[in-house]
Amino acid sequence: MAETKKVLIKIKRQAGPQEPSRWEEFSLNWRPSMNVIICLRDIAENPVTSSGKKTTPITYDSNCLEEICGSCAMLINDKARMACSALVDHLDQPIRIEPLTKFPLVRDLSVDRQFMFDSLKRVKAWIPIDGSYDLGEGPRVSPQVQAKGYPLSSCITCGNCLEVCPQVNEHNQFVGAAIISQVRLFNIHPTGAMNKRERLEALMGPGGVQECANAQNCVKACPKNIPLTESIAEVNRDAWKQALLGWLLG
Amino acid sequence: MRQPKIIIVGGGLAGLMATIRAAESGIPVDLFSIVPVKRSHSVCAQGGINAAKNQKGEGDTTDKHFDDTIYGGDFLANQPLVKRMCEAAPSIIDLLDRMGVMFNRTPEGLLDYRRFGGTLYHRTAFAGATTGQQLLYALDEQVRRHEAEGRVKKFEGWNFLAAVIDEGRVCRGICGMDLRSMEVRTFPADAAIFATGGIGAIFGRSTNSVVCTGSAQSALFQQGVDYANGEFIQVHPTAIPGEDKLRLMSESARGEGGRVWVPRNPAEKRGPKDIPESDRFYFLEEWYPKYGNLVPRDIATRAIHRIVYQEKLGLDGQAAVYLDVSHIPRETLHRRLEGILEIYEKFLGVDPREEPMKVFPGMHYTMGGIWVNGEDQTTNVPGIFAAGECEYQYHGANRLGANSLVSCIFGGGLAGASAVKYVKNLEKGAEATAQAVYESERKRQEEKNQKLISQEGSENPVTIWRELGDLMTEHVTVTRINKNLQAAHAKIQTLEDRYKKINLSDRTRWSNQTLNFARELENMLVLSRVITLGALARNESRGAHYKPEFPDRDDANWLKTTRAKWVNCDVQLAYEPVDISLIKPRARRYDAAR
Repeated sequence: MAETKKVLIKIKRQAGPQEPSRWEEFSLNWRPSMNVIICLRDIAENPVTSSGKKTTPITYDSNCLEEICGSCAMLINDKARMACSALVDHLDQPIRIEPLTKFPLVRDLSVDRQFMFDSLKRVKAWIPIDGSYDLGEGPRVSPQVQAKGYPLSSCITCGNCLEVCPQVNEHNQFVGAAIISQVRLFNIHPTGAMNKRERLEALMGPGGVQECANAQNCVKACPKNIPLTESIAEVNRDAWKQALLGWLLG
Repeated sequence: MRQPKIIIVGGGLAGLMATIRAAESGIPVDLFSIVPVKRSHSVCAQGGINAAKNQKGEGDTTDKHFDDTIYGGDFLANQPLVKRMCEAAPSIIDLLDRMGVMFNRTPEGLLDYRRFGGTLYHRTAFAGATTGQQLLYALDEQVRRHEAEGRVKKFEGWNFLAAVIDEGRVCRGICGMDLRSMEVRTFPADAAIFATGGIGAIFGRSTNSVVCTGSAQSALFQQGVDYANGEFIQVHPTAIPGEDKLRLMSESARGEGGRVWVPRNPAEKRGPKDIPESDRFYFLEEWYPKYGNLVPRDIATRAIHRIVYQEKLGLDGQAAVYLDVSHIPRETLHRRLEGILEIYEKFLGVDPREEPMKVFPGMHYTMGGIWVNGEDQTTNVPGIFAAGECEYQYHGANRLGANSLVSCIFGGGLAGASAVKYVKNLEKGAEATAQAVYESERKRQEEKNQKLISQEGSENPVTIWRELGDLMTEHVTVTRINKNLQAAHAKIQTLEDRYKKINLSDRTRWSNQTLNFARELENMLVLSRVITLGALARNESRGAHYKPEFPDRDDANWLKTTRAKWVNCDVQLAYEPVDISLIKPRARRYDAAR
């Protein structure tokens, strides 16, 4: 009988933020259409390394498994991507899996991306409606504005664009491409535009849009193909315009 | 003066809408969610949200929406609240529109509408094929604003363990577990709204997200909160089979003209594009000429099972049929369906714009859920409210596509308003509750954790879960046979026995997902028995519940709501009449005009 085909996978383990890290290797039974999540589940059912040592299941974030909740971002063969859509048959083995490095580590592959949600607060990424009671229809929106806004609103806050950005590092608080792109989204909406100024101002201090050094890694790492560099360029232009106007008007 | 507080458990559409209503009224909210709320399962809803806006000049009305919903649900839903939901739906769309949802637009800048299953009208507003994501984000943004302004406090990364119920049987708060520190803590509140979503994990593989385990509902059930119509499980006709999950292919694919077919010849060797029209069997269109591919989900699912298991016409002898959108212009597909086509392409490596997709039915939604009264989302335990998929009120025996988003938002808003009214009228709130009430619940939960962490056993929770899922999928989904249901129930009881012997492969006290999963699994086992026993008892066929031994709807004996209760640590079924005061039940047929 032929030997079962195996999947070799190496995972960077760390029991907690203050603990030392180590690598563990696993050898799993190959099946068609396996993705990285299925590998992690196999390990949970039988947490034994390829050298036969008992270990603990891997802690990781996941939810929808169809690349729309944004949970399962990790480094897979050195690339920031979603684990659910990382198909084993498309990956070189041994598959190397590590947590994202730009966010505080929780345990193993799980990281804390609260910084992104806090940044959404900082830039007031919402339409400030008067209330949830019935106030009639919203403003008309042209199909052209919808076609521009819809891709921007498909951001899943996965953090891959921050992970690959050289400007996101311990020396600054750059909010990153995803957040800037959200500012663009709310600023093109007819109601959102009324508070455009507020959002641009929030992006002008430390960590704001000017921190972008145009490496353009973000747009390549985005699993949703959001035109992030376009967003940064447009928001940057608007921010300069506003700063200049403020200066001229005193 | 007493400052009341409301706790909301669950941050999907229903939970967020409840949060907005409560926060707006000035009552502080603590919002609990296992995942950051922006990652909740509502994000997976694809096709759209129903509202009879009649923007295509077809003469659609909220009454017709109401009738379609009741008829689609095979007359099992209590009618008055469904009517109110359908009447509120147009204003819900307006609200979402004001929040900035990037709905698809007509050239005039108005919202566009498409057709969905179980109706003949263009009634479904949509944002590409990721409507749930777009709606969830809109509510998430509004809640973030309330949070920034201090009205809402979020507890993301917490799981719900139990309600805190005092000796007078009134809810005074909740007990939760921090999924990082594994700390068990109680939180006092004057009311708790549960919006904890679906139960897909009970079936192993489903279209649901990982967090949809039904654990919270089950925990409440075991504390005396009744559970209704558990046996009504929706199996979506078109999902992509997968080992980790069944990925949904939205009904909107058919709403936009997608067609379901198989080759007429089971030994067909040609590729799908080489098979001429005359050799294709568009079975839904032939069997249901009036609704065609847009029959309700229970009907389409059974038709596909018939094609595969009785007619033996599955693709290459496998459990699959074609869902074909390859005849629709690429530009239309891009504007209206891109999100789901990307999923297919990404996970299967085949371009569905060129080749028909291969799909098969998959467990999708629970019509049943926490029992609530017919007025204001109140459960049978004072202080506990429920909204969204976790409760049972709106969809009867079968939910129509694009009605879930509207029921989440309507029910969530109503629950928020009801809870506000309730806490304002309370004579004594959580502040008057003895500390011992909280402490005893916390201790009970902490002891459970301690036992799980320290016990030595031979069973792996993941293995028990897999077996449960296979069992439930085989016997308690599309076709139900009494002797199989009996056997399934007995097998679940053996799984419960084996559960007592589980051994955790992780005994640490930091971000221990194994411990959390083990706790959820115990609750899944109980809820799976509620579903199975409800199905076993109901000797008729109605909506999604189909028994070949009893192929017809039996209004004389079974036009009633199943109401499961937890009595002496076991499931007991009771029944109550359905409120049919507005539309008289009539035979449900989609193969001919009504």
